Amino acid sequence: MSLAKKRILIAKPGLDGHDVGAKVVAMALRDAGADVIYTGLRKSPDYIADVAVDEGVHAVGLSVLSGSHLSLASDVIAALDARGAGDVAVFLGGTIPHTEHKALLDMGIRAIFTADETLDDVLTRFDAALGET
Amino acid sequence: MTGVVTLPSGIEVPVVARGPGAERLGDPGEYPFTRGIFPDGYRGRLWTMRQYSGFGTAEETNARYRFLLDHGQTGLSVALDLPTQCGYDPDHPMARAEIGKVGVSLFSRREMEILFRGIGLDAISTSFTINGTAAVIFAMYLAVADRKGVPRSALTGTIQNDILKEFVARGTWIFPVQPSVRLVADTVMFAGEEAPRFNAISIAGAHVRDAGVTAAEEMAFTLANGLAYVDALIARGGDPARFGSRLSFFFYVHMDLFEEVAKFRAARRIWADLMRTRYDVTDPAAQQLRFGVVCGGSSLTAQQPLNNVVRVAVENLAAVFAGAQSIFTCAYDEAFQIPSEQSAELALRTQQIIAHESGAASSVDPLGGSYLVESLTDSMEEEIRAVMGELDDHGGVIVAIEDGYLQTRVARRALERKGQIDRGERVVVGVNRYADGRPPEIGEMFALDDGTAARVLEKLDRLKAARDERRMGETLRALAKAAEHDDENLMPHIVACCHADATVGEITDVLRDRWGEFDEPVRF
Repeated sequence: MSLAKKRILIAKPGLDGHDVGAKVVAMALRDAGADVIYTGLRKSPDYIADVAVDEGVHAVGLSVLSGSHLSLASDVIAALDARGAGDVAVFLGGTIPHTEHKALLDMGIRAIFTADETLDDVLTRFDAALGET
Repeated sequence: MTGVVTLPSGIEVPVVARGPGAERLGDPGEYPFTRGIFPDGYRGRLWTMRQYSGFGTAEETNARYRFLLDHGQTGLSVALDLPTQCGYDPDHPMARAEIGKVGVSLFSRREMEILFRGIGLDAISTSFTINGTAAVIFAMYLAVADRKGVPRSALTGTIQNDILKEFVARGTWIFPVQPSVRLVADTVMFAGEEAPRFNAISIAGAHVRDAGVTAAEEMAFTLANGLAYVDALIARGGDPARFGSRLSFFFYVHMDLFEEVAKFRAARRIWADLMRTRYDVTDPAAQQLRFGVVCGGSSLTAQQPLNNVVRVAVENLAAVFAGAQSIFTCAYDEAFQIPSEQSAELALRTQQIIAHESGAASSVDPLGGSYLVESLTDSMEEEIRAVMGELDDHGGVIVAIEDGYLQTRVARRALERKGQIDRGERVVVGVNRYADGRPPEIGEMFALDDGTAARVLEKLDRLKAARDERRMGETLRALAKAAEHDDENLMPHIVACCHADATVGEITDVLRDRWGEFDEPVRF
């Protein structure tokens, strides 16, 4: 697994306060050897993009359980693009209906994770998607 | 309590069955309330069936409430959107993506009026899951009652108003810990005087439990938070013998039926003991742990979603065996969307079947005296007290929140629980056992109206154009002045702001300017 060499930002955009999923994935990525930064709650897309650029991360993992993922994900991708950081891979986890996965992937989300998948599967898919860059 | 229940076969059983060891437990309605707080259990009155609901605009949610009341629901439970919960008006940059998503947008007193159109405030008890802005939402509700001519003393219901657990799980905190607790104390003190039938706090373990902690930790963290509030109220001049009877609690029911029943019985016993020995409270009403529950939560799965109907029914049964005062049963599609009318109705019917068909509510504490349940209740009591001791050793809950100890402990537990499920050590049918790999079939989908945000923003503009700005400004300035003095109760001022059509964001900003915001310890 190439996660060991990666810097990853786990972020909570918007007002959603459910941070357990974000922290669990952050801990699992750290245990897999990645260098993980976590933003804490309630961050704006601009703030997240600023941190991603300042810290030179390879990937941003967004966690949204409030149903606002479509607009928040699109805002984060736009904010990264605006900073010339369109090559940073953006992942999404949370309560994401399957009916919306295609729209999210089409807008540039690299992979989508939901609570029903094992952490091993999350890490494997995260790693594979990062390997594509 | 004497009396008998006649079963379908004609056999009579006592309403309160007693056997060896019954004296040590005490009767239902008697200290230490292991067997429940009412002598006759649910014989006099069933628990309140209170389905959590709210989305979009006040108009849309009002329609859903009328639907639920028409189908026999006996209390309302208001879900608010995140901008309202975090103290932002709908036009704040952080708010726009979240308007009306996880609950109803309620940015001013006028929206609250619409929410209760055609519903008598004195005819129904209403629970608000609101914490960071609980004082504002409570003030709005009081202002609506004032304008409708309903006496405040006739209002029944609950505001969650448990800010301590928001710092640990759920995350709708606004101000730093100390002023947040002051605001909680102000609302509880004010309610005691003005609206004595209204529960101004519901100390909640549900969210930390759902996040990952064990049943014993859920009860221990919550009772420890309860003690922190009691101490804060006493420091502000409150008398535990009086406010003690208005403290209420809120927990999750998860899947292990006997563990869940035991945790409630043990917690009732511990709380009664703490109120008596720590605070010398002798009034039984102020010693009783009264609680509502949620059945569902993180035990629900997106795969094979109809399985959730069965999970919720088992959890509902545990809550009834344990003597809960109010019950919310999640809809089977709640793991991934706002419930449809069909799934919301089935969740309510689940409670009605258990209440009226199963016989579970006929006798009080029906599992009392069971070798298993009594020994489990004792073990649970021991474990809860041990965890409370660990929190004391750490310096108490406020320190444990400010330095992030509790948050980290919850996250570690969540990782452990995830590992147990991933490895199949904890069976979840349809997920790690008997999984069929099919994509979830969810049937009727609930779709939020795309036009919600635009309509809410338009209403905000209309409110600002119509209100008396000068009068509104005066009430906000009076609040700011009151907030400078730590010994002044802010509630009368917040009610005045609501009468003058100040918004949630405007009222919260006055206090933000004074107190600042919580500096989240970011650790994982």
